[in-house]
Amino acid sequence: MLSKNKTGWLLLSPTIIILVLVGLVPFFYVLYVGFFKWNPLAVDPSMQFEGFGFNYRRLIFDQVFLESIWRSIKFAFVTLFFELTLGFLLALSLLSSFPLKSFFRGVHTLPLVIAPIVVGSIFKLFTVQGLGPLPHILKDYFGYTLNYGLNADQAFWMIVIMDIWHWTPFVTLTLLAGLSALPQDPYESAKIDGANNFQIFFYITIPMMIPVLIVVIFIRLMDSLKIVDEIWMLTGGGPGYATRFTGIHIWKEVFEKRFYGLGSAMSILYLYITIVICWILYSVMASRGKDED
Amino acid sequence: MKIKKTLGKISTTILWSLLTIITLLPIYWMVLVSTRTPVELFGKPDLSPTFLEKVHWKNFTKPFIDGIYSDYLMNSIIVATSNAALVTIMALMATYALSRFKLPGSESIFFWTMTNRMAPPAAFLLPLFLLFSTVFKFGDATLFDTKIGLILLYCVFNLPFAIWLLKGIIDGIPRELDEAMIVDGANLFTIFRKLIIPLAAPGIAVTSLLSFLFAWNEYLLASTLTSVYARTIPTGLSEFVTTTGTNWGTMAAVALVSMLPALLFLFLVQRHIVAGLTFGAVKG
Repeated sequence: MLSKNKTGWLLLSPTIIILVLVGLVPFFYVLYVGFFKWNPLAVDPSMQFEGFGFNYRRLIFDQVFLESIWRSIKFAFVTLFFELTLGFLLALSLLSSFPLKSFFRGVHTLPLVIAPIVVGSIFKLFTVQGLGPLPHILKDYFGYTLNYGLNADQAFWMIVIMDIWHWTPFVTLTLLAGLSALPQDPYESAKIDGANNFQIFFYITIPMMIPVLIVVIFIRLMDSLKIVDEIWMLTGGGPGYATRFTGIHIWKEVFEKRFYGLGSAMSILYLYITIVICWILYSVMASRGKDED
Repeated sequence: MKIKKTLGKISTTILWSLLTIITLLPIYWMVLVSTRTPVELFGKPDLSPTFLEKVHWKNFTKPFIDGIYSDYLMNSIIVATSNAALVTIMALMATYALSRFKLPGSESIFFWTMTNRMAPPAAFLLPLFLLFSTVFKFGDATLFDTKIGLILLYCVFNLPFAIWLLKGIIDGIPRELDEAMIVDGANLFTIFRKLIIPLAAPGIAVTSLLSFLFAWNEYLLASTLTSVYARTIPTGLSEFVTTTGTNWGTMAAVALVSMLPALLFLFLVQRHIVAGLTFGAVKG
């Protein structure tokens, strides 16, 4: 008979082996390749050691890469703002009862299970010039020309709208789950004390919802920072660099230009920035949550 | 007071009706496009429904019967199903270990599994591509462009949430039940078969359905790590982007087919999807 701990490790070992092989090894490998100059299509296709930080120094002056990071961050916070506001309102509205509520809720869940690449296709079919109804409706009734194949701002905001369509339901449902689990006593005492709805919302609901809000903000930020599929389908990163988010930029540098060394450095920086943003946000929100307890 | 309440109800219903239209209209248009010939799609968009006898079935038969997309579909089914099975079994074992044994460092292992899901996959494209095509070699065989490669890879993204989901459920099964079985001389396998699996059945079902769904929907890694033999349906869908003069009808048909499992699962997992997407941090 094996000892108790040995059995435990035995049960854990498949998970650990897989996560090390396909999760941890790639991480160290990309860290390693980042120190080399390596382009298999160049005159010299071998790996050349360039010293620590050489590729990283080059990235500091890489305008396109820095802009792609800024674009991803901007996108993440813009969509977070809209999705959080809309999702919170919708979650609050779902607390009351109204006709056909479960039907509406069911339809609202639908975008969540659709693959990002399919969401991209759906939006492409709906909004592309010459096929989709949206440009036609906007042109005929509002005189507005929608052609995100040419207009950089439109392309960015089209992706924001697509992301709101896709992920607001997640915010709504998660916040609804949180709201329904809140204790009722504080509300009753507040009503007895004569608090109005505004006060109740800002002084009771929001502080009590902070743990759930942290989860939602965390997951949404992480997910929008790594968005690739939908954009790839809708705009392919264009026009120009208008929708070249970091994920797409890395893909293009690595698999079109074959800049392996530089691409690795980009990957590491990208990973680092994602972690830092979430860590800062987490510490800010966690400390604020403590103050208000 | 009563009038105010009724007004509130009416405005909420109107708001939600509008939302439902916004959600459904693009999907409805995709379904319409998949039923039409290129000629019918030319010119002003026509939002009226297509009658069944007028459906242009060639949009479906061309990719799935004459074309390569039936292979893609088969690959997707094999990859997603095997991944769901593998993830569920591994997660059950791991969760039982984390829940029942006091292993040193198990808290950090628990946390570490989650960081794997949070990392942007784009950052891992290059190392995975290089590892799969050159480093992980078994004789001449590599993991590149194989279904096994994808199945193993998706474990990294599915295991964390599977473990988080199952942990809550297995922690809820009283320890005394296992201990009683051990006293009766049952081995670990019997405990799983007679106790854990029956009691955790609903959680196991949700875990495997959500794993299936994530594996089915994944695009970026599949498109980078396969080239011919292991391509899945999302990668097939993206092939429409680059071809000049896209055949919109066929593209819509492929998109529709790749959406079907999602629609089917919506009814099965709707109540659990929140818990699944938030790693059980928020219960649905």
